[in-house]
Amino acid sequence: MQIYLPIAEISVNIFLILGMGGGVGFLSGLFGVGGGFLMTPLLIFSGIPPAVAVATEANQIVASSVSGVLAHWRRGNVDFKMGSVLLFGGVLGSSFGVWLFTFLRDSGQIDLVIKLSYVVFLTIVGGLMLIESIKSMMMRRRDIRAKAHTHNWMHGLPFKMRFRKSRLYISALLPIAIGFFVGLLAAIMGVGGGFVMVPAMIYLLGMPTAVVVGTSLFQIIFVTANVTVLQAVNNQTVDVVLAMLLMVGGVIGAQIGARFGGRLRGEHLRGLLALIVLGVCFTLFLDLVQTPADIFSLGGVVMH
Amino acid sequence: MVRLTNITGAFLLSLVLAIPAWASEVTVDLSNPLVQITAGFSGTDLLIFGVAPDDGDVVIVVRGPIQSEVVRRKERVFGVWVNREEVVFDDVPAFYTMASNRPLDEFMPSGIAHVHQIGVENIQMVPRAEYADVKDWEEYRIALIRNKERQDLFKWEPVDLIFLPNRLFRATVRFPANVSVGTFGIDAYLVRKGELAGWETTLLNVRKFGVEASIFSFAHRHSLAYGVLAIIIAALAGWAANAAFRRS
Repeated sequence: MQIYLPIAEISVNIFLILGMGGGVGFLSGLFGVGGGFLMTPLLIFSGIPPAVAVATEANQIVASSVSGVLAHWRRGNVDFKMGSVLLFGGVLGSSFGVWLFTFLRDSGQIDLVIKLSYVVFLTIVGGLMLIESIKSMMMRRRDIRAKAHTHNWMHGLPFKMRFRKSRLYISALLPIAIGFFVGLLAAIMGVGGGFVMVPAMIYLLGMPTAVVVGTSLFQIIFVTANVTVLQAVNNQTVDVVLAMLLMVGGVIGAQIGARFGGRLRGEHLRGLLALIVLGVCFTLFLDLVQTPADIFSLGGVVMH
Repeated sequence: MVRLTNITGAFLLSLVLAIPAWASEVTVDLSNPLVQITAGFSGTDLLIFGVAPDDGDVVIVVRGPIQSEVVRRKERVFGVWVNREEVVFDDVPAFYTMASNRPLDEFMPSGIAHVHQIGVENIQMVPRAEYADVKDWEEYRIALIRNKERQDLFKWEPVDLIFLPNRLFRATVRFPANVSVGTFGIDAYLVRKGELAGWETTLLNVRKFGVEASIFSFAHRHSLAYGVLAIIIAALAGWAANAAFRRS
């Protein structure tokens, strides 16, 4: 059954979109990741214009993050103060990101930048995950506890703030900078940015693991909400029909995935996810370096 | 200046052709003067029919609304294909397809094809003034046609036009799902012995209807409210999902 997407202005198979939403939702439930970094490339591969894919995926992530944060909030695993400081940077970063997005789109480079960003970040994240999971599979050593935190140059920065929930006393500049960077990625790549935010919170900020995911989700809601509104205003590329289809598929898939996830061992899960990430990354890489079928392309209708 | 002469020429020609004795030679009409893009739209077929004397040949040209298109050429930079030079063309029909009773080269004089822009190679697309110094713009023009053809928006070859008894003819033209909205011109040309013997135009409207149309115009006219609403919908969906699965 075909459905005409009002903003993307193309006709797509409704079951294909629901299936993609469900499949990525399943993986995100299974691995406990957002799934934006898989969904956006899939949408682009299936013919949705990249600008629409990125903006619409931001809208969908609002839904999945709200759903996720509620569960963490109930368990008291959200550091609202830290979340708000990250968010301050995130709003700045994502606003700058949408401006950059519009600029790149007008100059015909947005597809390239989206794909390049994916290749770079998926290589780093997938590679690190794969190495880490192989290491832990080989050693199977538990409880290599990270040091509470080491003192370095970061602790000499001004504007120190106390974050009780995270048991930290650090400069606010650090979380603002991280928030800014992740917000920028969210706007350009159509992701929540959890795959960068979570490691940054653990290794750079030294936050306790328990509050990391909830706090990350908390700020992702508002950053992706900011991206959604700015994309809607600047580029009119948020397709609510597409977003709703993805939400339906995603919600159901995530629940099923979460139930399966309990049966697999952590390092196996991470190894599997790393392979998927590297697979998506490789496909995008090929797309960039292979000689295109036609070196000319249409950049769309331009205004007078 | 060249274009202005062409337009004036076409205009004068149309005045000449408006003489009633000629106009009656070929008539054309549509099964439906309105194509509606609704939620289930996946392209549509349009029946074009008319009357013409059977001692001539008929070609029908369907032209979409005029737009400006940017064509970009990729180059390899450090192994990666990157869009480099671009040319903007004005006066590009969003859609172009033809129907004729036999191949055009068997009856269509090139002069008439050129003046009336019959055949994709005759569409007069010129680069916008600031791109006039791009030397190989002709290559971009060919690429524009090729890309439009790949999107099913241009057709190089005419589709079949069938003559029925009593000088009736009909042809079926396919409008793909990615067709643009706007007013389409449908011109029927009658060619006899290498001369243009008649010409009639009718119009077709392609519009979005129903929910799709409302969403599109809302998103463009009240984009801030649209964005906020999109977030509210997402937040509610997330909350509902959480509530639904917590109980089970």
